[in-house]
Amino acid sequence: MIKKGLSPFQMAMATFRKNRLAIACVGILAVLYGSAIFAGFLSPYSYDNENREFSYCPPMKVHVIDSDRKLTRPYVNQMNLSFDKFHKRIYTEDKTKSFPIHFFIKGDSYKVIGLVPSTRHFFGVKVPGRLHLWGADSRGRDLLSRLLWGARISLSIGLIGVSISFFFGLLIGGISGYYGGKIDNLIMRMCEMIMMIPGFYLMLALRAAVPTEFNSLQVYIAIIVIFSFIGWASLARVIRGMAISLKQREYVLAAKALGVSDIKIITTHILPHTISYSIVAVMLSIPGYIMGESALSFLGLGIQDPYASWGNLLSEAMGIIQIKFSPWILLPGFFIFLTIICFNIIGDALRDALDPTLKSEGQS
Amino acid sequence: MFKYIVKRILIAIPLLLGMSLLTFVLMQVTPGNFFDTLKLDPQVSPETIAHYERLYNLDKPLFQQYFHWLKNLVHLDFGYSFHYNAPVSKIISSRLFNTFILSLSSMLVAWLVAIPLGIIMAVNRNRFIDKFLSFLSFVSLSVPGFFLAILLLYFASKVGGLPLGGMQSVNFDQMNFFEKAIDIARHLVIPTIVISIGSVAGLQRIMRGNLLEVLRKQYILAARAKGLPENRVIYKHALRNAINPLITILGYHLSGLLSGAALIEIIFSWPGLGTVMLTAVRAKDLYLVMASMLMGGVLLFLGNLLADIMLMWVDPRIRYD
Repeated sequence: MIKKGLSPFQMAMATFRKNRLAIACVGILAVLYGSAIFAGFLSPYSYDNENREFSYCPPMKVHVIDSDRKLTRPYVNQMNLSFDKFHKRIYTEDKTKSFPIHFFIKGDSYKVIGLVPSTRHFFGVKVPGRLHLWGADSRGRDLLSRLLWGARISLSIGLIGVSISFFFGLLIGGISGYYGGKIDNLIMRMCEMIMMIPGFYLMLALRAAVPTEFNSLQVYIAIIVIFSFIGWASLARVIRGMAISLKQREYVLAAKALGVSDIKIITTHILPHTISYSIVAVMLSIPGYIMGESALSFLGLGIQDPYASWGNLLSEAMGIIQIKFSPWILLPGFFIFLTIICFNIIGDALRDALDPTLKSEGQS
Repeated sequence: MFKYIVKRILIAIPLLLGMSLLTFVLMQVTPGNFFDTLKLDPQVSPETIAHYERLYNLDKPLFQQYFHWLKNLVHLDFGYSFHYNAPVSKIISSRLFNTFILSLSSMLVAWLVAIPLGIIMAVNRNRFIDKFLSFLSFVSLSVPGFFLAILLLYFASKVGGLPLGGMQSVNFDQMNFFEKAIDIARHLVIPTIVISIGSVAGLQRIMRGNLLEVLRKQYILAARAKGLPENRVIYKHALRNAINPLITILGYHLSGLLSGAALIEIIFSWPGLGTVMLTAVRAKDLYLVMASMLMGGVLLFLGNLLADIMLMWVDPRIRYD
């Protein structure tokens, strides 16, 4: 039997699969995105379910051994709030009020993947008990739930923003490089103009143009539009450079001679050759979008309360006192970090796999 | 060379104009301006507001307003900040200086740390220290600046001894020159660390790559073959050639810092351009936003220009005309 040769893409994937760290990162991201998609089901509460009596409630301990030293189903003790003489919150476990953790319990209503209404949650405790495995925020909302709900926004903004700006970046860059001349000149000046403005300043100015009466879905879309508007320029420039050299290849000339339309040449003969660059660039630019969203929300210019995003969850950690007495509010920052480092590692591994010539950092 | 610089500046002018027009339109598309908040203030009479509106041509059509702003710009009049109640040029110039101090100190620290680290990594390639440092650089590349800022603030508050925000102590005005300098330097420490950690990661990777590439060159082989001690090979022959390409990054780095520093400035309430921009955007302070954007754009342009000039200076083979 003739062994079929591998395509360059298959070879690259084989190299990529050998990178265990990168594969682990793919796994972590899959878990993160998966739990974001099923946030409603996995989280014990809705993102806006609050109980002021549990303000800054510390993470509850899950007990499996009851007071008679016997193994039971996992349960939590409720927390009693009291203040010391400096008005510092002190939470003590109330051993008399134990609530077992139920699985597939009924609770706040939500929609599975935004479609099917449901009230089932993966786990939770029966009212009047409350479950805060990772603590609660200032208004007594469950941090784990808010993290999961926030993941939806923080993680999706990166993906959607990147897709939009790459769509435009590729198309505009391709057109610019392929046609050349006046169109090229005009487009490149536009790119330069956008790249001339410091990113953060441009972000702020664009955000200022978003009407204040927008609801949160509209703000979410507006933020994506802002990021895409900033992001396409640098990609378009690189793609343009590639398109200029690609359009002189024989197969492009042949396609032209056969009378293939310009737009078809760009999309089927030029852009596919930029794919290995683009994939790496996509992976390495998603962190920028995630950081951008969280920075905006952190400053109070992004997703607004009561809706959660990792950035606005972190904005509670602005004060040193909050960090000191309730360090669990730093968790969203850790998740941002985890997501970004995964994308960076995968991007790096993909670059090594897809483009052997770029391996300047030298394993040779 | 001179011709090239003039050409670059001539190209930049329409870009900057386009940028300012874009900013202007962005600030005006949403309903409301700074006077709307003033109008709600019962202490301000409608006559005063009308007077201001006339004075700054805010009652005229949009394009007239823009051209009026441009005309004033030629006379180096950046307009008036309604929020700070002061001429924009006055606010911007002091803030620009503060941003410059912060950027410069972070750049200095970043370079002083990154280059030795890059050398260590390249010399000990694929050994433990190399892997450890590249792991560290990955981590620091992935920590969002503002999260790092929070962590460091908390850490500093525990350790004590360093100011946690701002740029001057309360009694700054009573200090003599040296005390003032030390005071500002003390305030600089934490924001500088936060900003430079981000840049160290990228720089050390570039330095490592450069040095490794040079070490593969034939003249290094020749130097080793004639029996030069390894130290001399690396520090005298390889290093000098490896650092050259880094010089060009200097300019880009400077311009990149500007944007990165804005968020950190805000968190540490460092009175720089970024903080002003945020306040101005929030207060819809039109002329202040315009001026901050323009200054940001100009600085970015100057940084890039500087980078290109240095590239020519370092590598005479490159010609731009």
